[in-house]
Amino acid sequence: MIWESWSAFWSMGGRGFFVWGSYGALLIAVIAELIALKRARNRALASAEDSHDA
Amino acid sequence: MPRTEQQSNDRFNGKWFWRYASPAAFYPVAGTIEKLCWFLAISLTIIGLYIGFFRAPTDATQGEVYRVIYIHVPAAWMAMVIYLAMAFWCAIGLAFGTRLSFMMSHALAPTGAIMAAISLWTGALWGRPTWGTYWVWDARLTSTLILFFLYVGYIALAAAFDDKKKGDRASALIALVGAVNVPIIYFSVQWWNTLHQGASVRPGGSSMATIMLTAMMIMAFAFWAYCIAVAMNRLRTQIIERERSAAWIQSSVRK
Repeated sequence: MIWESWSAFWSMGGRGFFVWGSYGALLIAVIAELIALKRARNRALASAEDSHDA
Repeated sequence: MPRTEQQSNDRFNGKWFWRYASPAAFYPVAGTIEKLCWFLAISLTIIGLYIGFFRAPTDATQGEVYRVIYIHVPAAWMAMVIYLAMAFWCAIGLAFGTRLSFMMSHALAPTGAIMAAISLWTGALWGRPTWGTYWVWDARLTSTLILFFLYVGYIALAAAFDDKKKGDRASALIALVGAVNVPIIYFSVQWWNTLHQGASVRPGGSSMATIMLTAMMIMAFAFWAYCIAVAMNRLRTQIIERERSAAWIQSSVRK
């Protein structure tokens, strides 16, 4: 462990805003992409069901 | 009358790679690739971030903020690689008329746009404490912004046509012409005098400390795996959409 404490870890030598702002944006982007994928899949499956019924 | 899987396969009778150019044949393969890549993406991310945050030391000149590199560089690489992959699949699609090639390109585009956006965003947050500015109109940053707009243009154009085949061909032109921008991004730090530092990793050598480089390369592989997993998922959704009247889709949906 190279950090003296967890608060030292989160503060990132006073640059926490820039480091966690970067990683946070990536996390949000990944979650948003996964939600979009799930929704698109459900839509596609629903329309495939419809075209079968038609 | 809907084409059956058998007829669809017959069209490409012969070499195995022609067989897998059929959406019906590639659908299950894409599912297997996706699962494998999710496993790789998650495990490599855990290992890479552990090494990057808990084993790699503080940087002598930049302090802790350099740790943005573990996502900034992989995202920037993927933004360039995905665009080249799209141009490749579009070229194949235009040359051979294979539907799956265009779908492959469409499946990659949103992820490429996200990667370009992430590289710009993390670059801005890294630039502020190290250069004193979030943004500067220098060659590397400007060409990456253009890459982002190329992705957006590609996605918009592909979606703009009611006739999917026209959308495929029109957007393929953006992918092919825009590919010229990728080497410009890559070599921009050598060709122009820019604020952005030169490549830390290039064929034949690296200027980074070994442990930092290790963490970054593991994260780069994690990004590769993530992008492939997401693209395969999107590809399968597109196959369901475009082939929804085909008998094989109907039998697999009703399962």
